[in-house]
Amino acid sequence: MHSTSALSFSQATSLPTTNYAFHSHSAVNLRFCGLRRQAFGFSFSTHSTSTRLRLSTRAHSYKISASDGNNGTPPKSFDYDLIIIGAGVGGHGAALHAVDKGLKTAIIEGDVVGGTCVNRGCVPSKALLAVSGRMRELQSEHHMKALGLQVSAAGYDRQAVADHANNLASKIRNNLTNSMKALGVDILTGFGTIVGPQKVKYGKVGSTDTLVTAKDIIIATGSVPFVPKGIEVDGKTVITSDHALKLEFVPDWVAIVGSGYIGLEFSDVYTALGSEVTFIEALDQLMPGFDPEIGKLAQRVLINPRKIDYHTGVFATKITPARDGKPVIIELTDAKTKEQKDTLEVDAALIATGRAPFTNGLGLENINVLTQRGFVPVDERMRVIDANGNQVPHLYCIGDANGKMMLAHAASAQGISVVEQVTGRDHVLNHLSIPAACFTHPEISMVGLTEPQAREKAEKEGFEVSVAKTSFKANTKALAENEGEGLAKLIYRPDNGEILGVHIFGLHAADLIHEASNAIALGTRIQDIKFAVHAHPTLSEVIDELFKSAKVKAPASTSTSTSTSSPVTEPVSA
Amino acid sequence: MASPFLSNSTISFSSSLKSSTLPRLFPSVSFSSIRFKPTPRRILTVRSKIREIFMPALSSTMTEGKIVSWVKSEGDVLSKGESVVVVESDKADMDVETFYDGILAAIVVGEGETAPVGAAIGILAETEDEIAEAKAKAASNSGASAPSAPPPPPAPAAGSTPAPPNSTPAYAAPIASEGLRKTVATPYAKKLAKQHKVDTESVVGTGPYGRITPEDIEAAAGILPSKTNVGPVVVVEVKPAAPTKATSDSSAPSSIPPPVPGSTVVPFTTMQTAVSKNMVESISVPTFRVGYPVTTDALDALYEKVKPKGVTMTALLAKAAAMALVQHPVVNASCKDGKSFSYNSNINIAIAVAINGGLITPVLQDADKLDLYLLSQKWKELVEKARAKQLQPQEYNSGTFTLSNLGMFGVDKFDAILPPGQGAIMAVGASKPTVVADADGFFSLKNKMLLPVLLPAMIGVIDFASVLLASKMYSSVMSSTIGVNVTADHRIIYGADLAAFLQTFSKIVENPGSLTL
Repeated sequence: MHSTSALSFSQATSLPTTNYAFHSHSAVNLRFCGLRRQAFGFSFSTHSTSTRLRLSTRAHSYKISASDGNNGTPPKSFDYDLIIIGAGVGGHGAALHAVDKGLKTAIIEGDVVGGTCVNRGCVPSKALLAVSGRMRELQSEHHMKALGLQVSAAGYDRQAVADHANNLASKIRNNLTNSMKALGVDILTGFGTIVGPQKVKYGKVGSTDTLVTAKDIIIATGSVPFVPKGIEVDGKTVITSDHALKLEFVPDWVAIVGSGYIGLEFSDVYTALGSEVTFIEALDQLMPGFDPEIGKLAQRVLINPRKIDYHTGVFATKITPARDGKPVIIELTDAKTKEQKDTLEVDAALIATGRAPFTNGLGLENINVLTQRGFVPVDERMRVIDANGNQVPHLYCIGDANGKMMLAHAASAQGISVVEQVTGRDHVLNHLSIPAACFTHPEISMVGLTEPQAREKAEKEGFEVSVAKTSFKANTKALAENEGEGLAKLIYRPDNGEILGVHIFGLHAADLIHEASNAIALGTRIQDIKFAVHAHPTLSEVIDELFKSAKVKAPASTSTSTSTSSPVTEPVSA
Repeated sequence: MASPFLSNSTISFSSSLKSSTLPRLFPSVSFSSIRFKPTPRRILTVRSKIREIFMPALSSTMTEGKIVSWVKSEGDVLSKGESVVVVESDKADMDVETFYDGILAAIVVGEGETAPVGAAIGILAETEDEIAEAKAKAASNSGASAPSAPPPPPAPAAGSTPAPPNSTPAYAAPIASEGLRKTVATPYAKKLAKQHKVDTESVVGTGPYGRITPEDIEAAAGILPSKTNVGPVVVVEVKPAAPTKATSDSSAPSSIPPPVPGSTVVPFTTMQTAVSKNMVESISVPTFRVGYPVTTDALDALYEKVKPKGVTMTALLAKAAAMALVQHPVVNASCKDGKSFSYNSNINIAIAVAINGGLITPVLQDADKLDLYLLSQKWKELVEKARAKQLQPQEYNSGTFTLSNLGMFGVDKFDAILPPGQGAIMAVGASKPTVVADADGFFSLKNKMLLPVLLPAMIGVIDFASVLLASKMYSSVMSSTIGVNVTADHRIIYGADLAAFLQTFSKIVENPGSLTL
């Protein structure tokens, strides 16, 4: 669907711009997945026109919706151009871009600026992982010897490690706050509730609420750790990532429920700090969601040689915190037969079964919006959809709250996309170009489709799929670091050179993925990008080799910049 | 073991074994691998087998391999050609396939562990009924080196088990409500237990809540919980044939002569290492040798007749030896434990072949039962496979008796070393014209081969044809004779046995009509 719509779209670009704008506005449901070209054409020439057009369209549809919902009347003038509910990474990204676009912007935050990512997620966990990476290295006698280093004994001070994580979070939080303040974003403190179209109230519990109006509203309230029923979280021995990041204690033996990103990262931290880990995974395989081949390799490196064992195909149906001289007790139930299978006794249990949207108390009922399992329903432009399937005008939802892709940078990208739209430039975010990373040692990263997904799509749409792989074992820099373990995998269309997915497991994989994700976002084809030059010796050459090893039938496009034409005759030998 | 598996893609290993008293299979190359007795061939369709999966040699330099992962788990049904295990070599991780259908009964060497090339890493059962037997085999295979487990503690009597007196009060007695207290071991403890073959049920946990900790397992396995996992350096005791000089007291280094200036040291290849190991091992077997001259005129004549049908002299000799062995089963037997005879139900003739940089012994299985033509064809295939390094383990390690020939080099007689695991080896020299007195009292020259038993090192493909043909011109005037020399394990095979066997062999060769039956 992706490619076909992109094709039909490029035909559209050849039309006069006015036509084009009209086209995009009237056919609201048209999907522009390939949005690159479309976006360019738009922003250059039709900015003002389309803005006007858009506003009228919106006003029109709003009237319909308002009469349906009978949710009061829209204010004539607004306090703000844009109000964002939730100052996490998504809200922050949207706010900064809004200011850049000249919008008067406010952001409502009931807790601390930075949201989950900065305070209870990506940021502090990176601090812990920085520690675990070094510990792991220092403890690996083999690794040290291979480098000729001698280290007597590696140890750590738990509190100091915890402080490092906490300090990092507050530093980033301050940076975020200051950046918004400096740009003139009003930070309104309190929980935000939508009371009607374009109207929000906010206030702290117990104090009186303040009503503010805005032309457009973005919901960016994020998520909280999801705890399945039957599990009693006491915050001490049965914990979620929120608690674990504070590193209040390092258990001898910790069970981690869920083997996704969060669970994997914590297993990396805990085992480096001396814990033993037991994974509990409901699906039949560890690391579901990763490309199977990458998952297999990751298991080979990240699980099997470490002090980790696992139970797959089981639910932790009951977890009781340690008390009365008893350890944490976990009851395991077979995921298929529903029979109780085993009981584990461990020192702590970390619940990493995913995250649930934080949308309670948002006042969505006031505008006739029903959440789905807590998620706010949105279309591909993040426009909120009400219970009748209609768009709610001027209301958007980004980030974890809409559940499209629960990643901080995805939220931010969605926020920027929304700001583009409300400032008159249609924009649809291509989620397949959003990279993801898991910061274990070594790291795992990916963008686009996994191989099974690509094959399924190819089957449906009738194209061929090829896979290219390169090993870190052949990379000079990786070998210099004595970190040759790793694999990069490219899934692509051999007929036209389209990149369908890239998966990397290896040293600094999270930093390496962007070459691929940028290529996907920009629509760059393999036959063109393979001529781009990489510094030698760098890890990026793994990706360079990956592109070069792909066998694409289509010739390199001649329209690419002139700089690519000369190296063709004389390939760079690094 | 190394050499036959140099093919570089997917490789499979597996071999039959039977005796449960077997020690762990050593990285057996060629001859020596015949330590275990192959199961009878005929069961192919009737009964089933238990096979070992060996650590393959993925390159000529590989001496040990690391199991990256088991693609299959215990209990999985395998079909021929499927990947079973991923093994890491110095170059890449390679999938190893099975050549047999069956069930992966037991994994002997777990993921992330290392095993020498040729060591059993898993056990393959053909049917479900054999899984238990195979598991027992796996346990005995690997348990051999495991230290005797500490006396098992009295079975913890239900929930009433009191906390060990010295346990901290914080860890109260385990949940009393639960009937039978189950063993709790930490993930690493379980890994260690598997690695060191410690039964966690027999270990008393000293950790929190009475759980078994890695330290408990290390203690049970008799390992010092030192950081370094490197075991004590094994001092290889070199047993020089010459008596040690009384003066050289304890100064060990003096036993190794200083290198001659300008000499170069070339380390053994894997195959050479294995040969060396087997040869040293053979010293522990008390052997003796018996020689016998065999007249080959009739055999030569027969050979001329069957040669156009693709029959080789090797096949003729193998067939003759096999037929002789039928009548003397003790020569086809082996002594595995120093206490008993192990009679082999199959007669599998191993024949030494020199291949580039080493040697290997392809095996003609059931040489007594297959007819000459089939044997010849089989031999041709085996030699081709050996050269291409594609022999499967049972094609070179299932021999029960070995044949070796240096006749083509003009060696008139020699004496072979008995490969470990076999009862006897026959060495065949060059045929040469011999003057013999015939029934009329005339002397004539006959071709006789001197058959000493084979030296398991350095043997070329034994194709007697050329040797025998060269001597044919004499046959009208004199007879051709070869010198046959057999080396045997005197624990089970005595002089009279060998003499009788050689007599039978000689008769068969001198009246070779039965060979074509």
